[in-house]
Amino acid sequence: MVKHTKPNLSVNIGNLVLKNPVMVASGTFGYAEEFSCLLDLKRLGAIVTKTITIKPRHGNLPPRTCETPAGMLNSIGLENPGIDNFIKNKLPFLKKLGIPIIVSIAAEDDPGEFYILVGQLDKISAVSAIELNISCPNMQKNILISQDAKETSALVSSVRKLTRKCLITKLSPNVTSISDIALAAQDAGSDAVALINTLSGMSIDVHKCAPRIGSWVGGLSGPAIRPVAVKMVWEAYNKIKIPIIGMGGIMDIDSALEFFFAGSTAISVGTANFINPGVSLEIISGLEKYMTDNGILNLNNITGKLKACEDLAR
Amino acid sequence: MEAAQLKAKIISNKQLKCNYWHLEFDSGIIAKNALAGQFIEIKVNNGIDPLLRRPISIHSVSGTKVKLIYEVIGKGTQILSERKPGDFLDVIGPLGNGFEYKWLTKKLDNRKTILVAGGMGVAPLVFLAGKIKFYRPLVLIGARKKEQVLCSQEFKALGCKVVTATDDGSLGFKGRVTDLLKGFLSENQKTGKPEHIYACGPQPMLKAVVQISCENNIASQLSLETHMACGFGACLGCVVSTKSGYKRVCKDGPVFMGKELIW
Repeated sequence: MVKHTKPNLSVNIGNLVLKNPVMVASGTFGYAEEFSCLLDLKRLGAIVTKTITIKPRHGNLPPRTCETPAGMLNSIGLENPGIDNFIKNKLPFLKKLGIPIIVSIAAEDDPGEFYILVGQLDKISAVSAIELNISCPNMQKNILISQDAKETSALVSSVRKLTRKCLITKLSPNVTSISDIALAAQDAGSDAVALINTLSGMSIDVHKCAPRIGSWVGGLSGPAIRPVAVKMVWEAYNKIKIPIIGMGGIMDIDSALEFFFAGSTAISVGTANFINPGVSLEIISGLEKYMTDNGILNLNNITGKLKACEDLAR
Repeated sequence: MEAAQLKAKIISNKQLKCNYWHLEFDSGIIAKNALAGQFIEIKVNNGIDPLLRRPISIHSVSGTKVKLIYEVIGKGTQILSERKPGDFLDVIGPLGNGFEYKWLTKKLDNRKTILVAGGMGVAPLVFLAGKIKFYRPLVLIGARKKEQVLCSQEFKALGCKVVTATDDGSLGFKGRVTDLLKGFLSENQKTGKPEHIYACGPQPMLKAVVQISCENNIASQLSLETHMACGFGACLGCVVSTKSGYKRVCKDGPVFMGKELIW
């Protein structure tokens, strides 16, 4: 008799324990309410909220999205109700789900806003982790914090002093070396890095000779960016020791596995939520099946599998 | 009623005329729950090109059948037009808010309610006309030319009075449907103005409808059409400006009170 043991899908990200490594990416899942009729939210590994700022933000001028080859551009501009409204009106629903809630936060003008936000969230037990969104491309800024290793380091180390909650730093792919920034985040005390945010992009309607989104330039997401994202996860994995939450065009189990093999401890599903809202659950089932079929009991044996295979071959 | 994602069998998918197609699929859940003015999101194929779903208004329902009219304008709708009866369509719906019509007074007067449709805008208004046929609404249909006037027989079969306007004068009034509306309102000033105008069509037409209805102090409801990424309120991509800030066309609309919108 062959003994079948169920694979263990749980992972640790800092002091955060996830029952499975599949989460939904910030900005692609709202505050989860819209999805409640479309999938069983309780089965997700974690939910990363749409980014919150101190004050409510109206967001950018429409049109805010457009479809591109195998992808889409967006420039939502961090529309959100502000931290107080979030805590009062959005968090109670999320709390009831009983799964880890990761709150994404951003500063509008001054990095000091992060300290205020973290100070507020630190006191709330329903907040399992905080994701520092220092990589939103739609804030009409010349340079983002995550485009500079020193600034990333300064911010993360300051925030680190304010909370013992799991801290995740979300990185921009619009940089010369993602691993340098990832290293800076790690050394400053981040528990994990999430990569990648969207790639800066633009699309023109040639019939109207006009940009196809209101703010002209936006963030590209979807399968179009997947190879870039996989490569960046791979680069970061080779340089840092903290967990990587990989994302960028994950559409199904195979594309999720690419991110694990490249070095991700967990993954986030983003744009695919708009197209197939139940896709995260399909990926969880697919992961379980993949592990069972290949006799893998622990996710550690998948994370960075590419490197392990390469090392073995040497 | 909340939306569901499901695979629905295509019953028929035929070209009506010009680039306009008529598709019927079987879904008891959507047919039962759909309100006039709501839409569905269709994944036209299994691949990543096109990546996003396509939002399409519900044209009508009967039994477990859901009917759509769509115009083939790009790759997505082209692929949709190639789907065969018996195929299964990946559908999310019904989505958005429907038209409000419960407040109409119960008078059998076909001058009390006007539906204004431009081009493809007829689609949700046929559904609405079916719901309010008791009031025998007046339907004004505008199109570029005769061949592009859709659904006038369907409106007539529901007991509506139909008047058409075409840009080239090939059918009915020569000119814009909004000029037709203006003319109708000034002609009927003495017999009492309508209570409500419902409209769906291109944005310039909707803008004119709002202007005319505001000038005449008549309430209007518009169904807006826009590109969407998700269709169910998550991405915040399809917003429009309203007096109470940006609103999502997919979730807060697609039907809005005319006076609420900022153009």
